[in-house]
Parts: sequence; structure tokens; C-alpha cells
Amino acid sequence: MEPTTKIHIENLNVYAGKQQILKNINIEIPKNKITVILGPSGCGKTTLLKCMNRLTDLYPELKVTGKVMINDKNVLEAGEDIVKLRQYMGLLSQRPYPLPMTIYNNIAFGLKLKGVKKRRNLHKQVVRYLQQANLWDEVKNRLREPASRLSIGQQQRLCLARGLAVNPEIILADEPTSALDPISSQYIEEKFVELKNDYTIVLVTHVLRQARRIADFVVFMYLGEVIEQGTVEEVFGNPKMEKTKQYLGGTFN
Amino acid sequence: MYLLNRIQRHRVNYTWMIVSLLLVASLPFLLFLGLYLKSFLLIHDYHLGDLLFSKVWKPGSGKFGFYPFIVGSIWVTLLAMLISAPICLLTAIYVTQYTRKRFLRIMHPAIDILAGIPSVVYGVWGILVIVPFISRFVGPLFGVQTLGYSILAAALVLSVMVIPFILNILIEVFRTIPVELKEASLSLGATQWQTVKSVLVKKALPGIIAAYGFGLARAFGETMAVLMVVGNVVKLPKSVFDPGYTLPALIANNYGEMLSIPKYESALMFAALILLAVSLFFNLVMHFFIDRYNKFSA
Amino acid sequence: MKYSGKIEEKVFKILMVIATYSILAVLAIIIYSIFAKGIKALSWEILSQVPQGGYYYGKGGGILNAILGSLSLAFGATLLAFIVGLPVALYINVFLVRRKKLITLFRFILDLVWGIPSIVYGAFGFSMMILLGLQTSLLAGMLTVTLFILPIMIRSMDEILQTVPIGLSEATYSLGANKSELAFKIFTRQTVSGIITAILLSFGRAIGDAASVLFTAGYTDNLPNSLMEPVATLPLSIFFQLSSPVPAVQDRAYASALVLTLIILLVSLFSRGLGKRYHKTKINF
Repeated sequence: MEPTTKIHIENLNVYAGKQQILKNINIEIPKNKITVILGPSGCGKTTLLKCMNRLTDLYPELKVTGKVMINDKNVLEAGEDIVKLRQYMGLLSQRPYPLPMTIYNNIAFGLKLKGVKKRRNLHKQVVRYLQQANLWDEVKNRLREPASRLSIGQQQRLCLARGLAVNPEIILADEPTSALDPISSQYIEEKFVELKNDYTIVLVTHVLRQARRIADFVVFMYLGEVIEQGTVEEVFGNPKMEKTKQYLGGTFN
Repeated sequence: MYLLNRIQRHRVNYTWMIVSLLLVASLPFLLFLGLYLKSFLLIHDYHLGDLLFSKVWKPGSGKFGFYPFIVGSIWVTLLAMLISAPICLLTAIYVTQYTRKRFLRIMHPAIDILAGIPSVVYGVWGILVIVPFISRFVGPLFGVQTLGYSILAAALVLSVMVIPFILNILIEVFRTIPVELKEASLSLGATQWQTVKSVLVKKALPGIIAAYGFGLARAFGETMAVLMVVGNVVKLPKSVFDPGYTLPALIANNYGEMLSIPKYESALMFAALILLAVSLFFNLVMHFFIDRYNKFSA
Repeated sequence: MKYSGKIEEKVFKILMVIATYSILAVLAIIIYSIFAKGIKALSWEILSQVPQGGYYYGKGGGILNAILGSLSLAFGATLLAFIVGLPVALYINVFLVRRKKLITLFRFILDLVWGIPSIVYGAFGFSMMILLGLQTSLLAGMLTVTLFILPIMIRSMDEILQTVPIGLSEATYSLGANKSELAFKIFTRQTVSGIITAILLSFGRAIGDAASVLFTAGYTDNLPNSLMEPVATLPLSIFFQLSSPVPAVQDRAYASALVLTLIILLVSLFSRGLGKRYHKTKINF
């Protein structure tokens, strides 16, 4: 059965000044699957991810052209609607960035933006998402403490809970385990596999084993170009391109 | 409903930001325009050259020569810079190159306190310490009879006041010089002092000049402390032990009488306009200077 | 050749040590002379009373009018400068992220305005006052001082807002926040102690400056009671008492200088303590 496409990227080009950092990207990201964007560092993976929810806006030097279609809307031409569009996509970054407020409010912040107002309802949902991120037991007695007091692993789970709380359809994850200890990393990976039933997940990584473990689809990038894309079996089992073979074989970095 | 509120709140915040920004950004133009209009009466009736270079100051009979005040301001400012420039440079080199980081932790609060002491308190200190020091010690040393209230006293007080300002910039300048540059020089066999002298100071030169420029502009407009120790005599000073008068002191001293004499108010506003022009000019030049330099070195 | 270089280094090193310690020494002398001279005349009477009849000839009373006047003027000006300054600093750092040239332009203008001497603000405030038909008053002084401390307030906030990591903006936007929510809810919270430091710095400047209030705030022996009445300020009370020929009045000027210095030191001590705590609880990345 052919999966339906959730994110459709067409002729995406990104320039930083005179330098082109993404070259004519065309990819389709299937719904309810884990799509891994793989490649050596500096190949433009993170920039590609940031194009999807237009965080490229924050970088004055970047110029973006092309189309990023999500739910039939072009993210790049959404204007001020981008604020709403971003809520379809939760972000998990390399290092956790807890909001400068209490643990409780880190979750409640997004809920309030979505219009959840009643205290009771708010509390119920905060508890639910903390549980979903497997953090509730550790923080239930310290909900009013600043989030900065949590360990890095806990902070990353808090960020996951915070992202899930705005009820997105897509999860964008940018090497979310790179700053974590092995146990926290394993937890995040397992969580992703569990979450793909309800969410479309885009994961950026340069860790081959991680890609092999959890990916359904793989997009291999090199120097700003997509070299090869396909199912994990296709790309890992029978890579067509020479560059992909070399990378998977570990002959270049 | 809630979403509408969010958008409305955004609009309120946005308006608040834009209004504030416009107010702040228009401030230099407003200041200039306001003072220009106020001094128009004077500029219109007199030749600009006469105003700036005439030595006669008799507001009662309509004679407004700003020359003594301009000269007084220049003397005091230059002398103050002459004193504090080497002190600041030596100190900046010492604390960034010859001491441990810990020493900066003593230096920084000291600089901050010096910067925070109000102008009037510097004036009080000048009267308590500097003025007697000059009349009893420095004057006799040079065989001069002086009350102490003099160009020199103002310059000394002023030199202390601009130290924190200049020193802060200089320390920053020396700290932003990349360590690699220093290491490269040292590894070529240069001594610490040779490195400082021929590599660091050369590299920092534009920053040093800018720091002095900003300090100079700051010193030129200083009012209260100078007013309290400079003597306030309308006369061209012949030596640093003579009393003098500066432009800011002129404005501050005469605000009471200015409404009773025709054009007096205009004259004081003209003095303020000169100060504004000097301040803007120096800051502009220094900014462009740094800008050019940054572009070349980048 | 090598030998003379060594002597040169020695000489300069001695000069550097002298320069550095002379700065510290001068600071010590300033603090000492203000304390030594001021403490003698300082009394409860000076702190708690307004000038009585004949105060400026040495009769009884104190400088409570100036203390309270200065505090209320500085509070008001700092508040106004905060209300105008915070949105400007936030706008530059949140709304203008993509407009590097505009950011440079606004910072440049702010630096220009920062450099303008306070006497110029005083003269400008005075001419505006005449234009609007206002008298010397607490309000006029407050507005003038507000203009004077605005660039200080904005640039200090601006410096601290620049330290907010871009990842935090990314995280906040991903949750669906708009720009002003990012600015007022996240940036302000992330930098709250830095913002308070900026406020305290501006307050210190506001309370210590004399040249800007000389024309605009006026002077009175009464306690501040209305925005439209003249108000006494500490720097001016020092200045006026010092110009008196009566030694007893001059002594009270020294006491007033001590009071002003103590207030300034207290404010800077407070902001320093805050700075330390700030490093402990702020979110580190």
C-alpha cells in the first residue's frame, strides 16, 4: 500500500549570501512514518528541517525559494499564518531549550496559546502529556520549580511533552539524542517508534545505527543535495548511488 | 474569541513598540531642531563667526562672544585627556596582558563605582581635595599664586571622571584581540613586551583612537563637576593655573537670569546647540572610523 | 640591544603598575574624603527634616525635601524610561532579526543619543517647558531625565537581550507563539535579572544627574507633593549649600554628598548581588 504524503517539498533552494546551501530539493515525506534525513554534518540537514516550519525566518542571511506543502498550504508563502501552521509541527532540537518558567508552565504555555483556558482542563492535559513523555513520576512533586533545574535528559523529555501538548501532526526532530546519555537516547528512540502511529516524524541524524533502528524512509543528503531517497530497506539494503554506498560503508566522513 | 484576543494583544504591543521606537529614533533630530529654533533669534541677528570668535561677553549690552568659553572648554578637555589617556592605556594593557583574570574582578567593580559616582560628588571631591592641593602644593611648586579654582583643577577632576569610560572600552578592545595573534608573536621569539608594543598596540590602535574620541566627546559636555572647580571667570586663560569658564558651565550658571535680558536665553540655547553639535560630530566620526576599520580588517 | 629592551619593559611595567594602582587609589581617596567629611555633619535631623527658616544661614532643618524629591523624580523617570525603553529593546531583538542594517542603524542612533551631555537635555527640556507653558516642576524634571536615561536603559537591555539563544526563539515559535508573545513572555523572562540591572543602572544615573534637572525641576524647601510643583533634588541641594559662605551650611553639603553617594553605592551593590544570583538561576545552554 502506497502511504499518503504528508509533507511535499518541491524545488527548494536555500542561499546564504552567495553560497547555495540547499540545491533543488524534491522530497515527499509519508504520513505516520519515521523519515530519517541522513548525511554528514554540514550537508544542510538541519536547514532543510528548519525550512519545514520556516524557522529560517530567524536567520537574516538565509534566502529560501521553492515550495514546502503541508496540508495543501505552502509554508514558505503563508505570511502571518505561519504562526498557526507551526502548531502542526512540534520541534525537538539538538539541545533542550526549556522555556524560562516553571515545569508546569512549560507545558501549559502552548496549551494556553491553543486556547485552553479552564484551569482544570489545563491541569489535566499537563499531567497527560507529562505522563506521555514518561516524565510525570519524576516531576509530579516539583511542578512549580523552574524547568532549568531538571537534568538534560529530563529537559529533553519535557521539550517532547511540550511539543506534543500543542497537538501537532508532525514531529520535527533535529538530532534530539546528540546531547543525551544512552538511556535517555534509547527512551527517545522507543518513544518515536510508539508515536509514529499518530504522528509523522522527521528525524535528522548522522548516526547510521539510529537511522537503521527506527527509520521507515531514508533521505540521504550530501553537500546540500538529496543523493538518494527511499525505504530503509532500499537505501540501506541496496543503495543505488556511489556516494550512498561510501557513506554507509563508512569510507568517508 | 481567544484567538482574536491574541491578535489584538499583538497589535497593542506592536503599536506600543513602534511609537516608542519612533520617539527614541527622532530624539537627536528633536533636540537639534528644538535648540536651533530657540537660538534662532541669536543666529539670525549675529554673524556666526562673530559669535564663535568674539572675546566680548556682555549680555547686558547685547554682546555675545563665545570665544572664552569655547577656549576654556577646549583647554579643560584636552588637558584632562592628556592626563587620563596614558593612564588608561597603561592600565588596560596591564590588566589584560600582565595580570590574572582574577584581577579584572577587582578592577571591574572599581571602574563601575567610578562611573557611577555622580558629577556633583566629583565636584565636591574636587573642592575638598584637588583645589587645596593645587593652591597649596602644585601652585607654589611652580611659583604661581592661585586660589586653586582653575583650568588645571577642572582638568584633573575631569580626567578621573572619564577614566572609567575610556578604560572600559580599552579593556574590551584588548580582550577582543585574538589570542592566536599573541601566540604567533610569542612563538616567533618575541618577548611579552615586544609583543605588546609591536603587535597588540598596533592591532588595537583604531580601538584606542576611538576610545579617546568617545572620551573626549564625553569630557567636552561635562557640566557640574567642572563648574564647581573651574573658577567661572570670563577671560581667556593664560596658564593652566588661571580660572576659566566652559560652555556647559555657562549654561548651568546663568539659567536664573537669562529670562530678564533680551536674547540671553537664545545665547544659552546656542551654547547648548554647540555642545550638541560637538557631541554628535565626534560620535559620528568615531563610529564611521570604527566601521571603516572593521570592514577592512574583516 | 636585548638589554635595553629589558630595561624598557621594566620601566613600562612599573608605569603600568603605577597607573593601575593610582586609579584604585584615587577611587579610595574619593570615597574616603566624601565619607570623612560627610559623616561629621550627618545627623538624624538632616535626614528627617525639611529646611527650617534660615536654614541656608546655618539654622536648623535638613534635606528630607531633597532626598524624597530625588527619589520620586528618579523613580518616575525610571518608570517612564522603562515603559518606553523595554518595547524598543524587544523590538530590535525580536522583530528586526532579519533586518541587520536597521538594527545597526537604531543601535547607532541610540549610541549617539547616549553621548549627548545631560546639560543639553536640560536646555532642551527647558525650552520645551516654555513652549508648553509649563512651570519648573516634578513633571518637567521627570520628563527631561527620562529622555536623558532612555538610551542608557535601552542599550543595557539590548545588550542583555542579545544573549538569548536562538534555539529558545525556535522552540517558542514552534509552539505557535507570535512575535510579541516571544518578546514579552519569553525574552523578558529569560533576561529578567539583566533587565532589573538595566533599570537599576538607569535609576542611579537619574538620581545623580544635576545638569538636566537644573532648569526643569526647580527647587523648593517643601516635600514633593504634586507633579506640577517644583521639587528639590539631592545634587542641586549639594550644589546650592556648597555655594553658601556659611561653614555650617557647607558641612551639610558634604553630608548631603555622602547621602547621595550612599544611595548610588547601595543601588550598584544591589545590582551586583543580583548579577551574581542571576548567574546561578538563569537557564544555561
